[in-house]
Amino acid sequence: MNVKALLFCLVPVLAQAQGFAGLGGEASGFSVPTPDPDFIFPKDHGAHPDYRIEWWYLTANLTDATGTPYGLQWTLFRSALAPTTRVGWDDPQLWMGHAAVTTPDMHFVTERLARGGIGQAGVTADPFAAWIDDWQLSGFDDATLTASGPDFGYDMALHATGPIVRQGIDGYSMKSASGQASYYYSQPFYEIAGTLHLPDRDVVVSGTAWLDREWSSQPLADNQNGWDWFSLSFDSGARMMGFQLRQSDGGAYTSATWIAPDGTPTPYPDGALIATPLDNTTVAGRVLPTRWRLELPAQDVDVIATAVNTQAWMATSVPYWEGPVTISGSGTGVGYLEMTGYE
Amino acid sequence: MTRAVFQALLSHWCRNPLQLFTLLAGLALATALWSGVQAINAEAQASYDAAAATLGEGTFDQLSRRDGQPISLATYINLRRAGWLVSPVIEGRLEGVRLVGFDPLTAPNGLGPVKVTDSLDINAFFTGRGQIFGRSATLAGLPDVADKVPATDVAPGTVITDIGVAQRLLDRSGQIDRLIVTSQQPKGQRPLAEIAPELTRRVAQGGSDVGRLTDSFHLNLTAFGLLSFAVGIFIVHGAIGLAFEQRRPVVRTLRALGVPLQRLMLLMAIELAGMALIAGALGVMLGYIIASQLLPDVAATLRGLYGAEVAGTLQLRPVWWLSGLAIALGGTAMAATTAFLRLARMPLLAGASKRALSMAAGAAARAQGILAAILLSFAAVLAIVADGLVAGFALLAALLIGAALGLPLLLDRALSVCERMARGVRAQWFWADTRQQLPGLSLALAALLLAMAANVGVTTMVSSFRLTFTGFLDQRLSSELYVTAESPEQAAAIVDFVTPQVRSVLPIQSVAAQVAGLKTEVFGARDDATYRDNWKFLTAVSAPWDKVAAGTAILINEQLARRSGLELGDSVTLDSRNFTIAGVYGDYGNPIGQAIITESAFKSLYPNIAALRFGLRLPAEAVPALVQSLEDDLNLPPANTINQAGIKAFSLAIFDRTFTVTTALNVLTLSVAGFAILMSLLTLAALRVPQLAPAWAMGMTRRSLGGLEMVRTVLLASLTALVALPLGLLLAWALLAIVNVAAFGWRLPMFLFPLDYLRLVGFALAAAVLAALWPAWRLARTPPGDLLKVFSNER
Repeated sequence: MNVKALLFCLVPVLAQAQGFAGLGGEASGFSVPTPDPDFIFPKDHGAHPDYRIEWWYLTANLTDATGTPYGLQWTLFRSALAPTTRVGWDDPQLWMGHAAVTTPDMHFVTERLARGGIGQAGVTADPFAAWIDDWQLSGFDDATLTASGPDFGYDMALHATGPIVRQGIDGYSMKSASGQASYYYSQPFYEIAGTLHLPDRDVVVSGTAWLDREWSSQPLADNQNGWDWFSLSFDSGARMMGFQLRQSDGGAYTSATWIAPDGTPTPYPDGALIATPLDNTTVAGRVLPTRWRLELPAQDVDVIATAVNTQAWMATSVPYWEGPVTISGSGTGVGYLEMTGYE
Repeated sequence: MTRAVFQALLSHWCRNPLQLFTLLAGLALATALWSGVQAINAEAQASYDAAAATLGEGTFDQLSRRDGQPISLATYINLRRAGWLVSPVIEGRLEGVRLVGFDPLTAPNGLGPVKVTDSLDINAFFTGRGQIFGRSATLAGLPDVADKVPATDVAPGTVITDIGVAQRLLDRSGQIDRLIVTSQQPKGQRPLAEIAPELTRRVAQGGSDVGRLTDSFHLNLTAFGLLSFAVGIFIVHGAIGLAFEQRRPVVRTLRALGVPLQRLMLLMAIELAGMALIAGALGVMLGYIIASQLLPDVAATLRGLYGAEVAGTLQLRPVWWLSGLAIALGGTAMAATTAFLRLARMPLLAGASKRALSMAAGAAARAQGILAAILLSFAAVLAIVADGLVAGFALLAALLIGAALGLPLLLDRALSVCERMARGVRAQWFWADTRQQLPGLSLALAALLLAMAANVGVTTMVSSFRLTFTGFLDQRLSSELYVTAESPEQAAAIVDFVTPQVRSVLPIQSVAAQVAGLKTEVFGARDDATYRDNWKFLTAVSAPWDKVAAGTAILINEQLARRSGLELGDSVTLDSRNFTIAGVYGDYGNPIGQAIITESAFKSLYPNIAALRFGLRLPAEAVPALVQSLEDDLNLPPANTINQAGIKAFSLAIFDRTFTVTTALNVLTLSVAGFAILMSLLTLAALRVPQLAPAWAMGMTRRSLGGLEMVRTVLLASLTALVALPLGLLLAWALLAIVNVAAFGWRLPMFLFPLDYLRLVGFALAAAVLAALWPAWRLARTPPGDLLKVFSNER
């Protein structure tokens, strides 16, 4: 294990081993999410250094002129060693960027690491900008997005066509029965267009994008060992977010939000969403489900989510699976699937 | 049957324990010196590799500022934000320990050689007191400024830590010395010149600079080890030859009893291999002791000469255990080949002769003489035409082997001349007896010859290097005080401040350029008497500095001249401006080309380069006061002023260390040669009783016989020394003028050190006297009965 992997095992969403690096313990000195948050925008688009972890997580489903589907990911993680921030090299805020482009038969991925305090990475709320090195997401309702890697890159423009959506109860998202939670809101209504730079060609693409904002200090319970997360954009204009946190006893803690085309969210508690793996694929030596049945009976949702490219493996410091899916069944559309914690 | 045969063979060694001892000890000593030297080289190499792994030297391209100034944090962030994957490094000294600060998040190797285990405390590393990784010995030298974590893979003398911690400890907040360029860069990157034009990119060399610089040192050590090994093998060859001759009756009897020759030879080979392994193991252990004794001095020398950090303590490495055993086996095989060939060709019933060795030697003498002549003439031809490393080593080998083979012949001629001039029965008998003994002693004498020649050669080379290098330092460090400014503004302030107080201010300004397609550092020199008075040239036109000052001439160093083939009077182009070469100067220890033009030409060619270092000429006694006032009035840290006297004292201290190593190796090789003489004399002693008995019977006392033995040994050793001296000088010449030039691009002038040679001859004679003492004493104490027995038993 190299030092980089060790550092970002601190990012619990990716943590494969529970209790690692003290995260199973108390969030010493860090603030902890409490119910009924009072988000203030644009201030809360910025960083919350007094919370241990935070991310700006953008995924996009794209197509080119011939209709070929593509997936795009741009993520900035923040992981704090202490609930404070300082100017200079001894800033305890560490940053990690992940960028990926998925085509039906290829998956490009790259990673950046930085620490705060020196300007190499960070987030400003007003005007909104999140960056690490040359990667940048700047502007919120109208935004530009860039990232680059050794063999790929992209330059995109985004435009929000709907409101910000609070996940969970008004932005307080429960993660376990024992009380772990995070602050969580999304912007699932982006139109996105731009150019993907692939090794052999540039591709002009357009589609929809989804931004997740989440911060917390202790989001996983001791008996939880990974999660499966879905964001679905239906052709009807509705959106749906769902996740299940898999438990070591074989059970799962689930959560879902139905988002009407006008942005009105309806949150559903544990047990409302049923996620059933249908087909497994061997990816990077592990067996992962790449076709899922998702049921949310309360909204008459019964769909199949199928990976566009089953090999969308994020071979980063701490590896996971993240890629675009297509949706069929009670509704049609596209979406994104993230799976962590598969040994 | 095999067992019985084996027992019969082994019984020989039980009857001749001294021979067994000679064989084992000779082989062990040879292996010891060889593996000792190898151990030192291997340890140094491991240290260089660790350094390369720690610092990314040779693996990654690096960015640094053209003017040598620190890179600002803003420049670093600009580069990162423009998509340049670079990682900052800061380096400095803390209590004499090299402290390297990295950013593990962006460094291509993370923390390099540090194995991340539980010992890395992320909180402490990034935000607490900081964690410093290094070898325990290195960490011990640091004050308690951060948490110390032992890590064996970090280069010796170096500790590594986070860049933020390093900046704090070095009191260089916000500064970066260089940027490592990660090998994989993103697509569509903007050019460096657009983002940070003040930076220059140094391409990875694919090997550490230090490694190439120190090659010469290790080459010398290796040559020493090889020569010592050769000396040892001579001993072993003698011992095996004698043992095989003496075992002829046993072999004859065994074969007569029906043992096939092949089986017999196989068993003897197994016997020898077993001995070689035992002696090899002993030798490797001895070598370890030698190496661990010498390593601290070697390490100090390398650090001082090249700034290369080598661990002062030895680690056991399987590689040289194995190579030691292999070389012992190989050496034994070499030494035993002729003995086996003779055994294979021996007629079944050939009688054993007590003097077989000397008789056989007499018969082979002519062939040996012819071979020696061929080798020496080959060496002579090579000396004239040799060019390149292989030819250089071939020359060395031909010279040494030829001389060793020719020595007995030469001694025999010298002795026969003495014999003819001798008057009186006793003198004539002495010379005749000495000649008669020569074949038996010739191997030991050849060993002495090689040891002495090697010592003369190496002493000459090392001392010449010292003289040249100190002269070179005098020339280069002609200013009394050197100051380094941190910024062009400070530089201007310093110049204003010191100009009224000193005789002259000599700016030191340089730029990396290409001359004749070769990487060259071009310096702009102010027209000053300092240069005219102190600089010595290998070749130069008359008044070279005048021509340089006129702006039309350039001076180049020897490396550049040799590599590019440029000569005096040739034209050189620097950024479209032409210069004529007015002089070539020696530039020792510098791996790359160097050139000097006048300050005004430099300024017009490179207007952006500002001098930050200055040499100041002033009376030596005024230096401390000026340093003090620079610190008080301009706030210039003491680290930025370097006193010339200090550098020189440091350099000389380094050479003293080098001499410690050389002297130790000298003594060791001479001891091996002395041992060879002792063993030869002891083995001969038993055979010689029948030859001495008549002389005793005719009235010579045992005491005078013993005395004559001593005289004879000293005489032979002196004659050998007479041959060894010129041979050693030839060796030194070949090393300096051929091997050095081929390997490093510069030729060291050769100086002679008669006093050193005299002392060496003294050592050699002392070794010979010590070696002869015991045999002579034993001879003087031979019971008269033994001498009488000769007459009753023999005839």
